[in-house]
Amino acid sequence: MSDAGAARPATDWPLFEVFIRSRSGLEHKHVGSLHAADARMAIEHARDVYTRRQEGVSIWVMRSADIIASDPAEADSLFEPARDKVYRHPTFYAIPDEVKNL
Amino acid sequence: MSAAAEVPAGGDAALEAARLRYVLRLADTSLVLGQRLGEWVGHAPALEEDLGLANLALDLIGQARLLLGYAAELEGRGRDEDALAFLRDAPQFLNLTLAEQPNGDFADTIVRQWLIDAWQLEIYTGLSGSADGRLAAIAAKSLKETRYHYRFSGGWLTRLGDGTDESHARTQRALESLWRFTEELFAPDEVDERMSAAGIAPPLAEAGARWRERIAADLRRATLPCPARQPHPWHGKRGVHTEYLGHLLAEMQHLQRTYPGARW
Repeated sequence: MSDAGAARPATDWPLFEVFIRSRSGLEHKHVGSLHAADARMAIEHARDVYTRRQEGVSIWVMRSADIIASDPAEADSLFEPARDKVYRHPTFYAIPDEVKNL
Repeated sequence: MSAAAEVPAGGDAALEAARLRYVLRLADTSLVLGQRLGEWVGHAPALEEDLGLANLALDLIGQARLLLGYAAELEGRGRDEDALAFLRDAPQFLNLTLAEQPNGDFADTIVRQWLIDAWQLEIYTGLSGSADGRLAAIAAKSLKETRYHYRFSGGWLTRLGDGTDESHARTQRALESLWRFTEELFAPDEVDERMSAAGIAPPLAEAGARWRERIAADLRRATLPCPARQPHPWHGKRGVHTEYLGHLLAEMQHLQRTYPGARW
């Protein structure tokens, strides 16, 4: 398409992260991101982009810039120490028959 | 073509003929507008708007299918929804003239959409309580979609009107060029009169007054002056169209006309 530049304006819009709750009672899950001029437009875009096939009953959006992320360079000190501590998983117990949902 | 000649006065036959025409008007307006919006796919200003406009288009085509299916039953001449959509010529299409107007720029599309969304809000709200149970059910379902369409188009109207100098100027220009088609939206003819007298359709005068209030409020929010009413309505709903409908139908109907009965 010769007028590919027509798609440019959206890049001036800030990026939003989208979270969708698939059913009542379940948590919102991160599903992706999109561009929008403001929060209201982000909700509408999220509805159009991520819930067209009945994926959700509730939408959260937030500016991607507002996310505070862990530093990949610190991954060793943050996550390595947990690796050899398998006993922190509750897998060493016999589960009573009465407990259905564990 | 005079609609009066096609709807004989008095009797059940006249009511049924009017009902068929009324349903076709609703169906064709949704179908033609849906087809128009489909032309944006791959060309919208942003990927997100591309999907948004396509969603609107699909909602409208879904409405058209329900309505055309009902019209086919009312007609009872063995035609189905596809035959009505793909094998009628422009003079048999009864959509509002506004719906067939070209996409133009994004402001033209948004103004056209917003004017018709606000119209559908009034019509579908009224039809939800229709004496015609089938129409009431279709309207109740469509109303949910229309509320979102109106939120989408009304939101954009405010953004564009109250946006930059250029977006304001373009939206103003779109409003002035499309406004002449709005008088038809609520100008009742004998079909509308018969439908509202039978409790099937809402009275257009009251619906029109509410529409004008809503439109005026939205325009104030968008910082756009409201044009004056135009005395002479167009007659798309009587099958008298602008040149644009023929081109739209040529594209929409091409496949079925070239390969009759073609299927996926």
